Amino acid sequence: MREMSKIIRNVTNLVYGFIIIFGFYIIVHGHLTPGGGFQGGAVVASAFAAMLISYGQLNTKKFLNINIFSLLESCGLTMFIGVAFLGLGTTFFYNFLANSGSWFGNIVIPGINAGDMNTAGVLPLMNIAVGLEVFSGLGIIVLLMADGAEYTKKKEKAENDR
Amino acid sequence: MKKIIFVIAFIVFFSFLVVSAVNMRPFGNPTFSEMDDYFIKNAQSETGANNVVTSIVFDYRGFDTLGEATVLFTTIVGIVALFRRITK
Repeated sequence: MREMSKIIRNVTNLVYGFIIIFGFYIIVHGHLTPGGGFQGGAVVASAFAAMLISYGQLNTKKFLNINIFSLLESCGLTMFIGVAFLGLGTTFFYNFLANSGSWFGNIVIPGINAGDMNTAGVLPLMNIAVGLEVFSGLGIIVLLMADGAEYTKKKEKAENDR
Repeated sequence: MKKIIFVIAFIVFFSFLVVSAVNMRPFGNPTFSEMDDYFIKNAQSETGANNVVTSIVFDYRGFDTLGEATVLFTTIVGIVALFRRITK
């Protein structure tokens, strides 16, 4: 995959940071607004896909590393299961932080309210874990499939030359 | 012959779909609504999240989300295994 024209590269330079910030906004505000870990992770991964198609597969490898993504993905799933295990004093997946007054433990007023970031117990932690897993997982898929497409193209060219 | 059988089967299945769509109960009136009422009434005070959907997905039905995350992880493991030679 070769890099695309200068216009596309400049627009990607302008936009990809905002896409990533918007994705992390959706992940972090998962317990207040529509969205959550899966949706926000998909938005962040779309920024990686935009980088890939505008800069080409070889140039993208300089700033996106598959090994780091792999590490982040495993960390995300482990963190999710770990937070679930932390509630084991009562049950698996028990929301032990909600309404406790400590981290993410502010008591929420039922009904319509302004929305407080510091509520909802373990839900923000799980949103962050799932978001980490989803964006790094989809990033791995996009990068590896670009590699595979490049490999297939090279092989077909060799077949035609022969 | 094949085409006629296909058309007849299509008409039969489509008529079933139309009949079930006509007989459907009106929108917003589920047969059993105890669960929904419980979530709407108590989700905000129990979990402290304004977004009731997230409180269901990550708290009341956490096992479901664990399964989803595991499915995604398995998919990515499969894709990495499929492309392992190409990247080396």
